[in-house]
Amino acid sequence: MSRIDARFAALKAAGRAGLIPFVTAGDPAPQHTVALMHALVAAGADLIELGVPFSDPMADGPVIQHASERAIARGVGLADVLGWVAEFRKRDVDTPVVLMGYLNPVEIHGYARFANEAVAAGVDGVLLVDCPLEESSVLAPLRAAGLQLIRLAAPTTAPARMAQLCESAEGFLYYVSFAGITGAAHLSTTDIAARVADIRARARAPVAVGFGVRDAQSAKAIAAFADAVVIGSALVERLEGAGQADEIAARVQAFLTPIRVALDAH
Amino acid sequence: MSAPPILPAHPSAPQDFHAWPDAHGRFGDFGGQYVAETLMAPLAELAAAYERLRRDPAFITELDHDLKHYVGRPSPIYHAQRLSALVGGARILLKREDLNHTGAHKINNTVGQALVARHMGKPRIIAETGAGQHGVASATVAARLGLKCVVYMGSTDIERQKINVYRMKLLGAEVVPVTSGSKTLKDALNEAMRDWVTNVADTFYIIGTVAGPHPYPMMVRDFNAVVGREARAQMLEQYGRLPDAITACVGGGSNAIGLFHEFLNDPGVRIVGAEAAGHGLASGQHAASLAAGRPGVLHGNRTYVLCDDNGQIAETHSISAGLDYPGVGPEHAFLKDAGRAEYVGVTDDEAMEAFHLLARSEGILAALESSHAVAQAMKLARELPKDGLVLCNLSGRGDKDVHTIAEREGVTV
Repeated sequence: MSRIDARFAALKAAGRAGLIPFVTAGDPAPQHTVALMHALVAAGADLIELGVPFSDPMADGPVIQHASERAIARGVGLADVLGWVAEFRKRDVDTPVVLMGYLNPVEIHGYARFANEAVAAGVDGVLLVDCPLEESSVLAPLRAAGLQLIRLAAPTTAPARMAQLCESAEGFLYYVSFAGITGAAHLSTTDIAARVADIRARARAPVAVGFGVRDAQSAKAIAAFADAVVIGSALVERLEGAGQADEIAARVQAFLTPIRVALDAH
Repeated sequence: MSAPPILPAHPSAPQDFHAWPDAHGRFGDFGGQYVAETLMAPLAELAAAYERLRRDPAFITELDHDLKHYVGRPSPIYHAQRLSALVGGARILLKREDLNHTGAHKINNTVGQALVARHMGKPRIIAETGAGQHGVASATVAARLGLKCVVYMGSTDIERQKINVYRMKLLGAEVVPVTSGSKTLKDALNEAMRDWVTNVADTFYIIGTVAGPHPYPMMVRDFNAVVGREARAQMLEQYGRLPDAITACVGGGSNAIGLFHEFLNDPGVRIVGAEAAGHGLASGQHAASLAAGRPGVLHGNRTYVLCDDNGQIAETHSISAGLDYPGVGPEHAFLKDAGRAEYVGVTDDEAMEAFHLLARSEGILAALESSHAVAQAMKLARELPKDGLVLCNLSGRGDKDVHTIAEREGVTV
């Protein structure tokens, strides 16, 4: 059983909703990325989504765009990200890590080379935002190497595609809670609860819900009907400008702890 | 626009260059739909609407009417006799897209897409623009059809294309400065895509070049292909034969594919795209994705891109904002790999020299983008005998560039 599957099985057995924080690798400080990952786990993360910086993040809002720009300006590339995951794995063999990003850095790195290096580093899954189901034949070497391919589903996804996505889901299915970019503010939980319930009933993997989750209240509302909650922009925004490892850890703790508490009170 | 052939699911004869893209929007290894899940449904809706309209005789009649009476088509082919004599080689013929309404080929596409938008019932149009020509062309058709128009433009480009920014505002469009990334065309495209994802219910995104996810590369090509259809017929009518070589500038590649497409199955016609070599290909400061880039994925399609070894898209340089783009339409990538078209670099200096030569010898101020094509036409003409024929797409007029040129030459206007 993969690390991701094992983690979701344990959450289900415990009757808990999963907490999946997203951070951009290399932001706010490249040298503290590994410390940041450990801090996320210490504050209650069940799985880490680690963003691979890309110069043209079409699906991201300004917060994650700027985090990417800051990381790229400091020279962060895919090889650094893989190195940090390997470093993280020396002290944490249980927390699943999913790399989230765009196709071009992987394409340029080489699919087979990336797959082998990612598995060796201890990466568990990959979510490539601009690689929908129809284009995913290029990702065959990733699956062959043992990486789980995390897929997005959206409110605009047509019924026939949704059936395909549910059928082919592995690791978890990431439901984008509204049609927009990351970090946007509006979120109506009642609108999406029914759809998520329907997807959960059909998907071959747990369903995580993200986009628009900002605090304990919105996280708790989503945890009522999802297997896990993804929090990205609000966390990245909170970390901006933190330069020292202890400051980063303190901000992570302050931000995630109330969310963790709210999820567990569910 | 004549009725196009039904798209084959699997082009059976790859040497038939008119058979592409396939049903998945791929041109060989290039093209496709590399977008986030949220965009798959709107793209499917657009592809279905366009597939229906492109076969609809009423739509084709409507489009042809607009192209004739609003755009001013057909545009002439003009024999640049004095320029040809100065160069001393083959005859240089100019396809005068600069004479279109709004002064460039861009209007061919926006007239078409705006009609599609109206048929789809979308009241709001968004567009990205580099030099501002596509923004102006979008604002123009939006005004004519009574649609709301928002144009995304990099703040660097806003600075160097002030006149076009003001033209868009006069036409009633809102111009939104984009300050992320390199603050140029590629970032404007990212931002327009984000707007579309968020407002897809009432918004139609008019992409200005033959890039982006399927069906855009096909649709934008189809609307610009009127250039080559006219030109090929004009050549046969006026010169009794096809040209020996055709050339056009390539940024995203819409005017080039517009000219090239009708000639792709004419093996005797040499096809050469002129990319912006900026300060020279060796300098690293250029925008020549095909001549100096590598296959990658950008803005929804697989194509040639300029990027570093980490896959980060490069910041490009060209004197012309309209060519300053690190990707290129996937059909050009396909034509390059298939060996059907050549893509070469033309430097800022060569383009400027061609601009001045054309202005002084023929009384035509070409756009800086088009000046790259003129420079390439001059090179091709030198290689051919005097009775040779080189057809060059003069894709736009240069009024928008006079400030850039004055500044470069140290003149205060």
